Amino acid sequence: MIRQEFRILLVDLSIGKGKIVLVDGRNSVAGGSGLAALLFREYGHPDRGWDDPAQPLIFAIGPLTGYFPLMSKTVCSFKSNYHREYTESHAGGRSALALRFADLDALVIHGRAKVLSCLGIGAHSLELKEASFLRGMDAETSGKLIRRMFKDGSGHRSIMRIGPAGEAGLAMACINVDTYRHFGRMGGGAIMGTKNLKGLVIHGDSDFMVPEGKGYGAEFKEIYTKVTATEMMRKYHDLGTPENLQGLNDISSLPWKNLQETHDPAIASITGRAFADQTLLRNGACSGCPVGCIHIGYIREKAADNRYHYHQVAYDYEPIFAAGTMLGVTKPFDVLRILDVMEKVGLDAMSGGVALAWATEATQRGLISAAETGVPLRFGDADSYRLAAKNLGLAANDFYRLLGQGTMKAAAVYGGGDFGCVLGQEMAGYATGELFFAAQTLGFRHSHLDTGAYSYDQKNSDRDIDKAVDFLMADEPGRVFLTSMVGCLFARSVYTEEQLARCLDLLGFSTLAANIPGTAEQIRRLRWQVRAKTGFDPANFTIPKRFYQIKTWKGLVDGSYLDSLKQEYGRRIQQLIAADQ
Amino acid sequence: MEAMFSWKSSQMKQLTTPRIDQCIGCHSCSLACARHVHKKLSWNAAGIRIRSAGGLSTGFTAHRCLACSPAPCAQVCPTGAYIDRPGGGVIVKRALCIRCGQCVEACPVEAIYQDQGGEVYVCIHCGQCVPFCPQNCLEMVETAGNREVSI
Repeated sequence: MIRQEFRILLVDLSIGKGKIVLVDGRNSVAGGSGLAALLFREYGHPDRGWDDPAQPLIFAIGPLTGYFPLMSKTVCSFKSNYHREYTESHAGGRSALALRFADLDALVIHGRAKVLSCLGIGAHSLELKEASFLRGMDAETSGKLIRRMFKDGSGHRSIMRIGPAGEAGLAMACINVDTYRHFGRMGGGAIMGTKNLKGLVIHGDSDFMVPEGKGYGAEFKEIYTKVTATEMMRKYHDLGTPENLQGLNDISSLPWKNLQETHDPAIASITGRAFADQTLLRNGACSGCPVGCIHIGYIREKAADNRYHYHQVAYDYEPIFAAGTMLGVTKPFDVLRILDVMEKVGLDAMSGGVALAWATEATQRGLISAAETGVPLRFGDADSYRLAAKNLGLAANDFYRLLGQGTMKAAAVYGGGDFGCVLGQEMAGYATGELFFAAQTLGFRHSHLDTGAYSYDQKNSDRDIDKAVDFLMADEPGRVFLTSMVGCLFARSVYTEEQLARCLDLLGFSTLAANIPGTAEQIRRLRWQVRAKTGFDPANFTIPKRFYQIKTWKGLVDGSYLDSLKQEYGRRIQQLIAADQ
Repeated sequence: MEAMFSWKSSQMKQLTTPRIDQCIGCHSCSLACARHVHKKLSWNAAGIRIRSAGGLSTGFTAHRCLACSPAPCAQVCPTGAYIDRPGGGVIVKRALCIRCGQCVEACPVEAIYQDQGGEVYVCIHCGQCVPFCPQNCLEMVETAGNREVSI
């Protein structure tokens, strides 16, 4: 191990200075998700607004970061402007290893810079640079300029930045990480925006000795072999997650046109295979992960006769669902063109796509018109969606400014809440059934990755409430522990409890290795308790009518089963929060 | 003696990157070199280092020893810590290094890294990184047959 304590850099943007602190707690919170919650409890202000300058923006890694394959993710936590509660978002790119090699377990940013600025940190540097000239600039161009502002460390640093959506304080604003990754959900971009922080550069310029003896190298090799020579490589590298488009459509679980349908024969033109055959340029990887799940496609634009330019656009299952099937857009290049706009303005693609799907149905029903949306919205009309995505990211008028705070915020004013596809936040692309709907509604991150509910739905057609909620409760701690390491959840089949214990032991974290179940439970509880301090109550989250009206492979959604699941899951979470307080 | 030298030379292998276009930027090669050769966890303390060629949208390049013969870094080394390796590149005798950094300056392709403490890192063409490239970008080839053309 590098050290038992957590080494934290606290940066006060109001003065451009930082402070290194050592924090105890390795054996109780491990790192990552657990460390982020611990730091929010220490430095956060549950009762103050999300945009209070004193609120922290936290980036945390874990004890295994960089030491083993796929231990390549960073946890970002903050008080969200989406639901005004504590939340987490996860991303990879180079962020995790950059923090590791900057010799930090976490970075805590508080205060507000006097003018729009960029922060650069490393193992041997800390510098806040004024960057007013980046105001309003898109995330792509900003990245290029920030590279020039901070000259050292090409290839060995992580560059995070926001687009106009973050500067506008939208709850759908993401933090772009190294061009192709994102802290996407829950409005992390707005937190940077309110802190006047346009960019963050983390330079990983230190190194550490690896454990002595042959054990560490041998264990690394064994895990490396598993992740590169097995099904995981095929599943995530080849066609990648977009392979699921066909499968979910086949079982009537793919949201189409604002979830008016869960199946459409038009899937044939928008499968993972279609994206790979037509648009895929290459794969990319997070630093420290040999799987290479990042799929980078291209779009070619014609400016005038014989004048072309091209852009590279990353795609995954979720963005394709949001900017594709949910909007009735069925040509891969059209989907990428919409995603390209969302990238530039710095919008979370999932939230943005689902919000525009609601706006389209609201237009169909006459609740809104081009007077609000600027362009007439019709399912399948990709050109209009490009303009609408831009308007949304720029908060171009009162309507888009409101919609950018969340679909239900707009629905509260314009109507149409019944068909807003929101489960805590804009839905993920799984219309698999009742358990997923209840789980995303109340899940910690409102993410499909909080629990395996979408998978449970696909395997179980019974309606046993206790069995289903027991599954959610039992599934969460393992995931929380992995996101405290901080490993990619794609690797959860390789990183079993036994495997994680061996890894931790090899690095000298023997106490932690010996008590994984207990620590996982403790971290899970801590996260929920920290969130509860900021106002979490299951009653705050409702499930719109649309989710009661659809048909999955199991038939029509059973409304009473769905309500019971939500009620019981909420009760169990509250029980968790109340424990040992 | 001459015949023996010639035999050795033809048996020396070099690290090459014939399929670097397939690189996904995972840094597995650098991390493997640091881990196995230098016993470190590092992006930098390695004989092969991956950088983007001007931002992540432009792909990746590998900074590594091109096995010059004679090697400019060995020519300028004042203590014999770097000596010419038969077939190209250098043999490193770390105990002789005085951390002057002249090798770093002499290398025309930025293949040598010097850390904060002055220690220098260069590829020794041992090939330990090769099996850790998931994209098969790297290859050890006989010196005599080395062709850096990917077709």
